[in-house]
Amino acid sequence: MNKRRQALKTGLALGAAGTLASLACPPALAYDKAAFEAKSWQDALKALGVGTPKESTEVVFLAPDIAENGAVVPVSASCALPGIKRIIFLVEKNPAPLVAVFNVSDDVLANFSARCKMGQTSMVYAVAVGADAQAWMAKKEVKVTLGGCGG
Amino acid sequence: MTEPMRIKAQSGAGQTTVRILMNHEMESGQRKDASGKTIPAWHIQEVSAFWNGKVVMTAQWGPGVSKNPYLQFFIKGGKPGDKIAVTWTDTKGESRSDEAVVS
Repeated sequence: MNKRRQALKTGLALGAAGTLASLACPPALAYDKAAFEAKSWQDALKALGVGTPKESTEVVFLAPDIAENGAVVPVSASCALPGIKRIIFLVEKNPAPLVAVFNVSDDVLANFSARCKMGQTSMVYAVAVGADAQAWMAKKEVKVTLGGCGG
Repeated sequence: MTEPMRIKAQSGAGQTTVRILMNHEMESGQRKDASGKTIPAWHIQEVSAFWNGKVVMTAQWGPGVSKNPYLQFFIKGGKPGDKIAVTWTDTKGESRSDEAVVS
């Protein structure tokens, strides 16, 4: 399959090294390698160009109190504030705290559920980012009895 | 070889619930094999979803997403017969697309 052509079609930067494909695409959609390699959750947000999030009850964040298996921890976040552009999940004590970034379009609700890995008991953050990089967050400590990162 | 995703899309109450189960190792790059060598990271890094051919959601994932990832999101509107397509690309540059019809 012609990867470059598909990348253009989907508007996403594809490819192993991402070189050719990412040049052909808008930078906002390129893979934020620096953010995913950041060692702290604050640095990860900074690398994504997100300001310091304010804690807010507008972000509804669901995660278990205790995760028996750190390899599969269900998380879910939604935000009813208008103009939300991104929903971000971060696990503070993971080697790479940034787990996932979801880009919200006008056609979908700012409401995503996924499953993340956790190496140990940690604070987990759900961040909702508005149009002008303003951010709100909710956090929850999830206790892990069996880690899911190491081996 | 990539394995197919399971995509379920159900409309009701003015929205469509999309649930996706992907098949992927999502190797974190933290684990070691029996001989103590680090197993290199290999995970899905980009996901996009299409509603009748139009991009409605994109995502970037790190190694912290679980093996065989699950994803749920909601489309505003949607009706039975609409097409939902999902594409992912991993760190090796492999990609996979699958499609489902809204019920």
